Amino acid sequence: MAKLRTRKHKVVLARSVGGDMGITVILFILGIFMFLPMYYTVIQSLKPLDELWMFPPRFYVTRPTGRNYTDLFTLMDTSVVPFTRYIFNTVFTSVTGTFGNLFFSSLAAYAMAKIAFPGGKTMFKLVRTSLMFHQTVTAVTSFILMSAFHIIDTYWAIIIPAWATSLGLYLMKQFMDTHVNDSVLESARLDGASELKTWWVIAMPMVKPAWLTLIIYSFQDLWNRGASIYIHSEDLKSFNYAIQQITAGGIKRAGASAAATVIMMMVPILVFVITQSNIIETMGSSGMKD
Amino acid sequence: MSQKTAEKKAVARKDMTKMQWTLKEIKRNKVAYFMIAPYMLIFTCFTVLPVVLSMFMSLTDFNMLEMPNIVWLDNYIRLFLDDDIFLIAAKNTLIFAVIVGPVSYIMSFMVAWFINELSPKIRALVTLVFYAPSISGQVYLVWATLFSSDSYGWANAWLMKLGIITKEINFFQDAKYVMPLCIVVALWTSLGTSFLSFIAGLQGVDRALFEAGAVDGIKNRWQELWYIVLPSMRPQLMFGAVMAITSSFGFGGIVTALCGFPSVDYAAHTIMHHLDDYGSQRFEIGYSSTIAVILFAVMIGANMLVKKVLSKVGE
Repeated sequence: MAKLRTRKHKVVLARSVGGDMGITVILFILGIFMFLPMYYTVIQSLKPLDELWMFPPRFYVTRPTGRNYTDLFTLMDTSVVPFTRYIFNTVFTSVTGTFGNLFFSSLAAYAMAKIAFPGGKTMFKLVRTSLMFHQTVTAVTSFILMSAFHIIDTYWAIIIPAWATSLGLYLMKQFMDTHVNDSVLESARLDGASELKTWWVIAMPMVKPAWLTLIIYSFQDLWNRGASIYIHSEDLKSFNYAIQQITAGGIKRAGASAAATVIMMMVPILVFVITQSNIIETMGSSGMKD
Repeated sequence: MSQKTAEKKAVARKDMTKMQWTLKEIKRNKVAYFMIAPYMLIFTCFTVLPVVLSMFMSLTDFNMLEMPNIVWLDNYIRLFLDDDIFLIAAKNTLIFAVIVGPVSYIMSFMVAWFINELSPKIRALVTLVFYAPSISGQVYLVWATLFSSDSYGWANAWLMKLGIITKEINFFQDAKYVMPLCIVVALWTSLGTSFLSFIAGLQGVDRALFEAGAVDGIKNRWQELWYIVLPSMRPQLMFGAVMAITSSFGFGGIVTALCGFPSVDYAAHTIMHHLDDYGSQRFEIGYSSTIAVILFAVMIGANMLVKKVLSKVGE
């Protein structure tokens, strides 16, 4: 046994060549299915006009151009509300929503994970149950509540609900359960540190992967928000909504709308590329025990 | 639950009642309540209260204009007996959920499992390729370009060039194609959170178990999957299932973006659309709340059922 363990596990395990090949083929086919539409969007955004109108459409571009991107900015200039305003709206709500979520969720997650207090487990169970339904189900009653709070048609209607997401708290709490050592916290408490200080100085630095995960989830959700029933003023609407208006211009804007889509998708993809390994680490503790 | 925790610890204490003990614990842990207060306040206002309010509203005829009357179960009776479109929507939602839910779940798991033994760099790249569609927002609109109604659409162009059809097919406006196409697009965007959870779970399976398994006579990767991998990943499988079920029942936005609202002949009309129709277009809040309550119950019910099934995995 001891000898076996020192060997690489591939040597020990039975892996048929046929199986390996089958898996590679399936992965390859699925990979193409996933990748081609993304690739096609990028290619479309680089095509000059005559190539966009080619029959049959091509999956490559012979004379790439940045024309569609400059067209997009010209189109943006013609909008009633300055385009920078839409961008500001999306960036502002995404950033404040994300950081608020990180702050409030990790504060609550710490208390639920590391302090035994009456009611803590019940509340966590409630949050966990809420993962089982989509927020959009209750959009209409949320609307009624928000108008009671007088936050309809303000940034708050987007930002405040984003401060307390179920997935955020759930992932943070699970990660703290497994990655924050109780004895370290205990010795800090014995040294007279308050719970708030223990949370901020000791626990938070230990859960960096979980923050990054929470940041990307929250950010990508807010970043991709389109038209919302809570917002009707044109100058509070999101960048994504404005992009949809351009895309709705139909076939003659095919190039510009592809360019817009590429700009929109680049941001969450880049964030994911940078944070991938941390996210996977966090998801390691995402499991539900019962 | 709070009492239960209190009970467990209070066994040793004979000098005070459960109530006194709980109160004392609450006082001792004051700071914990301050820490959860902001989160729980927002969570209650925007997640719990809307559900409670929906349940209440579903018993009324509220329409935003007049004072609501309590109508008890009238809305529920109307929904199931008098609303043909709801039945279409329920059928479509069920088809979406039954196909997209399990297929995306199995696909997420299989892909995660297949790429598990690749080198870390390649695995990161493949993960990105599979995960990217689910985080890229509106990028699924490219499917509208690929299947557009004119010959500039890739599908029509090739079908015509190869002589399979002579006239363009209006894919997203033809009741025959709407459902299958929306299902394909939904699957395309479905390798999300559960996929990442599976990748992480597979990475966390104890290597020593594989070796012990090999010694114990596990012959191939499928046996290894069933006897070693699946049992040690049960928590991730559970979490992934919750994510998959929730998103497959909440499906609707993609259909609206691709086929318009309502979709042709209600061919891809889901409960989400029906809810939106009555809630934010006709302002029949009472009736739309009834739809919301039904959908809510179905989502929770499906989750509970699947949890039961999954607890049997690998036993």
